[in-house]
Amino acid sequence: MTNLVEIRDLKVEAKTDSGRIVEIIRGVSFDVQEGEIVALIGESGSGKTTIALTLLGHTRAGCRISGGSVALAGQDMARLPERKRASVRGTQVSYVPQSAAAAFNPAQTIMEQVIEVTRIHDLMSADAARARATDLFKALSLPNPETIGDRYPHQVSGGQLQRLSAAMALIGDPKIVIFDEPTTALDVTTQIEVLRAFKSVMRKSRIAGVYVSHDLAVVAQIADRIVVLKGGELQEIGSTEQILNSPQHPYTKQLLGAFKQAARAASTASQEGRPLLEVQDLVAGYGPMQTDGTPLIKALRSVSLKVERGRNLGIIGESGCGKSTLARTIAGILPAVSGAITFDGKPLAPAAHARTREELRELQIVFQYADTALNPAKSISDILGRPLSFYHGMAGEKRARRVDELLDMVRLPRALKHRRPAELSGGQKQRVNFARALAAEPKLILCDEVTSALDTVVAAAVIDLLKELQRELSLSYIFISHDLSVVEAICDEVAVMYAGEKIEQLPPSAMGSGASHPYSKLLFSSVPKLDPTWLDSLKQDPELLSAFSGR
Amino acid sequence: MTNPALPLIASRLVISAITLLIVSVAVFFATTMLPGDTATILLGQAATPEAVAGLRKAMHLDEPAVLRFLYWAGGLLSGDLGTSYANDMPIADLIAGRFVSSMKLAGITALVSVPLALTLGITAAMLKGSLYDRAVTVLTIGIISVPEFMIATSAVLFFAVYLQWLPAISFANETVTWSDVLRVYAMPVLTLTFGVASQMIRMTRAAVVETLNTPYAEMALLKGASRGRVVLRHALPNAVGPIVNAIALSLSNLVGGVIIVETIFNYPGIAKLMVDAVATRDLPLIQSCAMVFCVGYLILITAADVIAILANPRLR
Repeated sequence: MTNLVEIRDLKVEAKTDSGRIVEIIRGVSFDVQEGEIVALIGESGSGKTTIALTLLGHTRAGCRISGGSVALAGQDMARLPERKRASVRGTQVSYVPQSAAAAFNPAQTIMEQVIEVTRIHDLMSADAARARATDLFKALSLPNPETIGDRYPHQVSGGQLQRLSAAMALIGDPKIVIFDEPTTALDVTTQIEVLRAFKSVMRKSRIAGVYVSHDLAVVAQIADRIVVLKGGELQEIGSTEQILNSPQHPYTKQLLGAFKQAARAASTASQEGRPLLEVQDLVAGYGPMQTDGTPLIKALRSVSLKVERGRNLGIIGESGCGKSTLARTIAGILPAVSGAITFDGKPLAPAAHARTREELRELQIVFQYADTALNPAKSISDILGRPLSFYHGMAGEKRARRVDELLDMVRLPRALKHRRPAELSGGQKQRVNFARALAAEPKLILCDEVTSALDTVVAAAVIDLLKELQRELSLSYIFISHDLSVVEAICDEVAVMYAGEKIEQLPPSAMGSGASHPYSKLLFSSVPKLDPTWLDSLKQDPELLSAFSGR
Repeated sequence: MTNPALPLIASRLVISAITLLIVSVAVFFATTMLPGDTATILLGQAATPEAVAGLRKAMHLDEPAVLRFLYWAGGLLSGDLGTSYANDMPIADLIAGRFVSSMKLAGITALVSVPLALTLGITAAMLKGSLYDRAVTVLTIGIISVPEFMIATSAVLFFAVYLQWLPAISFANETVTWSDVLRVYAMPVLTLTFGVASQMIRMTRAAVVETLNTPYAEMALLKGASRGRVVLRHALPNAVGPIVNAIALSLSNLVGGVIIVETIFNYPGIAKLMVDAVATRDLPLIQSCAMVFCVGYLILITAADVIAILANPRLR
């Protein structure tokens, strides 16, 4: 087989806001053969998307290719003049973006945008293009392939848009397609359909692909070879089999370790006695009140659950199922319309402002995005000092000592306290975010997707930290996540939510086989496994699939 | 299927009507608060108290302000703008001719400035960061910073006094041939365009730059689209809302600019009429002129909002 793509010693520079020039890709070389799918894997900032975009001769604003070559079918994309580059894009190499929802122009119909490639490059008549697009819609198993193109992007679901963007990439008959994290923004149940559709189309048409992802299990399903990147440098390259089974480079081992570790069940001692938190028939929602006293959009419909002291409850479900609303309602940010919240034997007022300071102190919430939850204008010591003064009336020397202790607890160097949030990494920010909740000395912490914005390795370390703190401080967590492996790693009980209702509660050991509700079964079976044959051997009831993920 | 844009547009129109009501209240009471008693002014200092009282009664000036407002507003609605104090003519007649002249000036300014501003704004956004872009930016900021009366008087000094190409005063009724039109309108339109276009250029550039930074613009580029295509097909249609609003806001600045320009060039428009009315304390005329300006302003802003609503595909 011949090499379709040959990347040699590729270097990309970026100019920072302060005008400093940083090399973000430092001499990367690899090949892609015809009809082969190569995955680029690494954490955020590893340069995987930057490399993938150079295949299109494109760099994001502020970046430029400073050295090396990117040969695509003999042409060096790094040196091609603008006009020539444009003529290659869409016809020889095409792009499937991370968020199709953002990559579709909201002002045009889908069909217009899908066949735009043929119009730009004058490939075929509009009618022929439309017919070809409809064929692609069918091949990608989209519903109503004849009419879906007449809709506007906001009228179809995220999973459908992602497949439509693949149709947009394939219509010009390219030799290679660049997939830029195409399933990261999707729910697991939707991800499966999209992956399946991609895989079957790519296999049938023998098109080469470059698949950018941070998720090893997803990559294992679709890639022939894997390139592992870190900090703009190539760490290891090998066949999917080899990378998964006998990784050579320490970083690859770490990456795989983080994945396997996350899949290990937690074991925490259970204590008897009255439950720490009891929630009864909680109803909450958004929008104006209707005449029957319920909000227009009900996000929670009668949810009941219990958290025992020293134990953790996981809440899982896809986006929009009401799991974050549940956390906000328990915390009192969004007052419940009806239902009772009992904390440590005492009833809690629905709204946070009606609760006593002591009640607030004992129940803390940690938000998903540390970036937006931490005040960018305050130093870390101010951020941690605020709850200390508020709940414990600490000041001066005493408060400073406690801030140091908190930083020790979350394994951050004390020197960080003088910095501002923007000067910390994502993992460090999430630790500060967590330390702020710990400062209150709570009994229960609501963790709302605390690891979703973090890379696998970093997230695994944060989970370890949470477990350790639990042992030391006898905390309880309510752990909300769409990532089942994370929940499995830390929780004693898992509640599955769907459309505002808790449909099932079960121990994590039963997640594989013991689920009884059809949606839980579907959800658990949809989590990708590291086994490359998993997707092909997976059998799911198509009716079930369309019933729960046809949105 | 009902169009979801209709209730939005309807509510926008209702809001405009309410605004107009509030504005009319403000205009009426602000003008009645002007110092001096109308009857005394009209009759002069030598008038007897009986004559003043008689006139006050005849003009309903002795009645409560709320009642007078209702008379006045009722008159406006039925098309009766009242009678001028100064020369006893129906205000509608006074305004009609002047209104046409002002609309001509504003219309020509819009015809010149909108295409100019859109072209400069869009091209500057396309070539963001280039020398051209920076030149346009510096120029527009420079012009925004110079007040209109300064531009107008400098233009008179330069074109009328030194070069003697153009007349310093613009009498619109002298326009017979095209060259007359050019001579009469050149300086007022130039002055107004400077003030109006620079604001539009900046806002158009900002709106287009923003949409060019979206993932769908990048996607279009990666489909092989040329820069021109990306801007015209993908960025512009999504920037229509902010651009139309920028245009409407800038054109409504014409209202303020027109007062200065008409005064300086002695152009017989409605703003000049209003300024003269202030000098003669002709309250009904001032009120009517103010209402004309407010209605013009409201029409522009409402039209911009309606266009922005219609341009949103989610509401189609």
